[in-house]
Amino acid sequence: MFVRTEATILHADLDAFYASVEQRDDPRLRGRPVIVGAGVVLAASYEAKAFGVRTAMGGAQARWLCPQAIVVGPRMKAYSEASKAVFEVFRRTTPLVEGLSIDEAFLDVAGLWRIAGSPVDIAKQLRRDVLEQVGLPITVGVARTKFLAKVASGVGKPDGLLVVPPDGELDFLHPLPVERLWGVGRVTSGKLRDRGITTVGDVAKLAEPTLISWLGRAAGRHLHALAHNQDPRPVRVGQRRRSIGAQRALGRSRRTPEELDAIVIALVDRVTRRMRAAGRAGRTVVLRLRFDDFSRATRSHTLTRATGQTEEILAAVRALLATAAPLIERQGLTLIGVAVGNFDDGGAVQLELPFDRRSGGALDSVLDDVRERFGSGAVTRAVLLGRDPGLSVPLLPD
Amino acid sequence: MKFRVDRDVLADAVAWVARSLPSRPSLPVLAGMLIDARDGELLLSGFDYETSARVQVPAEVTSEGSALVSGRLLADISRSLPAQPVDLTADGGKVVVTCRSARFTVQTLPVEDYPELPEMPTASGIVKGDVFANAVSQVAVAAGRDDMLPVLTGVRIEIEGSAVTLAATDRYRLAVREFSWTPEKPDLSATALVPARVLADTAKAFASGSDVTIALAVPGSGTGEGLVGFAGISGGTMRRTTTRLLDGEFPKYRTLFPPEQQTVARVETAPLVESLKRVALVAERNTPIRLTLGDGQATLEAGSSDEAQASESIEAAIEGESLTIGFNPQYLLDGLGALEAPVAQFSFTQPTRPAVLTGLAAADAEPNTDYRYLLMPVRLQN
Repeated sequence: MFVRTEATILHADLDAFYASVEQRDDPRLRGRPVIVGAGVVLAASYEAKAFGVRTAMGGAQARWLCPQAIVVGPRMKAYSEASKAVFEVFRRTTPLVEGLSIDEAFLDVAGLWRIAGSPVDIAKQLRRDVLEQVGLPITVGVARTKFLAKVASGVGKPDGLLVVPPDGELDFLHPLPVERLWGVGRVTSGKLRDRGITTVGDVAKLAEPTLISWLGRAAGRHLHALAHNQDPRPVRVGQRRRSIGAQRALGRSRRTPEELDAIVIALVDRVTRRMRAAGRAGRTVVLRLRFDDFSRATRSHTLTRATGQTEEILAAVRALLATAAPLIERQGLTLIGVAVGNFDDGGAVQLELPFDRRSGGALDSVLDDVRERFGSGAVTRAVLLGRDPGLSVPLLPD
Repeated sequence: MKFRVDRDVLADAVAWVARSLPSRPSLPVLAGMLIDARDGELLLSGFDYETSARVQVPAEVTSEGSALVSGRLLADISRSLPAQPVDLTADGGKVVVTCRSARFTVQTLPVEDYPELPEMPTASGIVKGDVFANAVSQVAVAAGRDDMLPVLTGVRIEIEGSAVTLAATDRYRLAVREFSWTPEKPDLSATALVPARVLADTAKAFASGSDVTIALAVPGSGTGEGLVGFAGISGGTMRRTTTRLLDGEFPKYRTLFPPEQQTVARVETAPLVESLKRVALVAERNTPIRLTLGDGQATLEAGSSDEAQASESIEAAIEGESLTIGFNPQYLLDGLGALEAPVAQFSFTQPTRPAVLTGLAAADAEPNTDYRYLLMPVRLQN
């Protein structure tokens, strides 16, 4: 495998993205603790993070930690536009952009020396461009591998630039706490800390079989490789999604079967419209559930052939929901999600004989056209009238 | 009950009846085969409330009577017996099978609990066994196997006087075969939807016989409504089977055949099948083969640059515009196989519209329109 000798991979990560957009658009919020999201915290400005407010924290707890925080409702459209503008800057910097989510991406700037200068110069210019053209602070990590670049941007936050030179990689990596390694969450971190392993350097001193015996084969190998700074993955452009999904948090109130049905209809509508817009057809339909006690369950069904049609996917989702009904009744539902995966390679679709001219395919494409032209709310199902459609989180293009 | 029967006759008859027995019977007695010994003949019957089968074979009956035994077991035993006369005797709750020095004692099931076999509907007409078997096999290949769509697991039979049309489709292809027969009444008009698997098995069983009688109940006639019956003499034994018709409306298929075509291509069937099998080796699951027609050639391609690619060209007589179209390779192979003709003719309109496959006796012959295979393409990217 080709291993680079120079630090040419940039990991660019917008700081407190939603909150920064709010502060950009409303001068009164600048320099003050801002929380986006009235229920669950969707984002917190660095001023709010200083008080211990974290993403996904309950609203009540966040306000208790930081009573002076200004709470604002989310404006998904503004975030989506800001993200598009930032990715525009990324793509003007280098054609090799691998988006990870709407607010972060890897950029490979190898080979731009003559045109744009050294990777560090490019990173500085990128930060200036994002601030000047979009008005948002962004942190950039520069390193030889994706993993190190991402760790570097994490360490460099907020509004920073951190370069890990190739000859200083282990010096940078080893003093870091183990939680900085990709794949180390609460459970793995607990297992390691129970054994006195607190830094990446401690992990690097362990033999691979020891790590495997503690953490299992996959996790053990993964951490051993990362602690020794082995990460040969290149920056990939145009990586296609393996599934397309949407979910909806339901809160604690009990939902009737009719309400649940309306919610999955809305989710399926959203998912299948995205699938068709991306020209994708999938075979496996997945229903994700989260219960009152935060335990989770998934139910999946594989169709005989790939489809992007709303009716077919809705029928599968409804069947899955029906089989899960006793479980939902017993455990209470707090989140429901629908995803379609197992996409047909190449997007080739076996066409059907036109038995029925009123078939779902024709209706789907007419509805897609209407919504494309007049907006998502232009036409909807009667059962969804007057219902809260839920938050539609901005996403990278499919 | 006591009789002697020829070993091969018994084994054949038992095997045929046992095939229609349910592997997981809803009632224990339905796993049974009814043995009924009468004056000089033996009746063997099986029934699972959907399909019934009955064979009548000659036997030396010493004592009349009947018994119900496990059909699978009787089939296994009779298949394994040496080629000697077989004696069967009912004795208390058991049936004793002896052949040379081999002796089996089999527990019986309660005959009184066994359901009555449905009556055959009155005969509708007669067709040659081989014609019928051939027609059914050509059509059944296109039938669906998805039990979620029961209508498409059937073969539609349409009778108009002396013309019979069979049709089957799984939504992606449609096979239609026409043949003539001898109806009981010249103005007979009837339709039925028969489970494709049962029909294919039945037709195959009658292939070697001379004539098959098809019995379709006329609605409102009372006997055998909702049933279709087949009877014939095969291997010197009289066989009959009935099966319940499928409910539901078969798609209106006649209008699906395009009235005109942009491109017509004639290709020798055997070389095309060979190339197709080779090229399809690199077509991953659910990916199509691409067929390009133009410049006197049919070019097959499959695969992707990520994995492996293949292409092959064969000679083709092409009229009209050139075109590239994608197909599921197995569906195309099924169709070419079912044509049973040395030359295949493809008629196309557009790459997203169905293609029609017909067979020709020779490159310059007229297409034989008795059999048509309509195949929906796979939409290619770009």
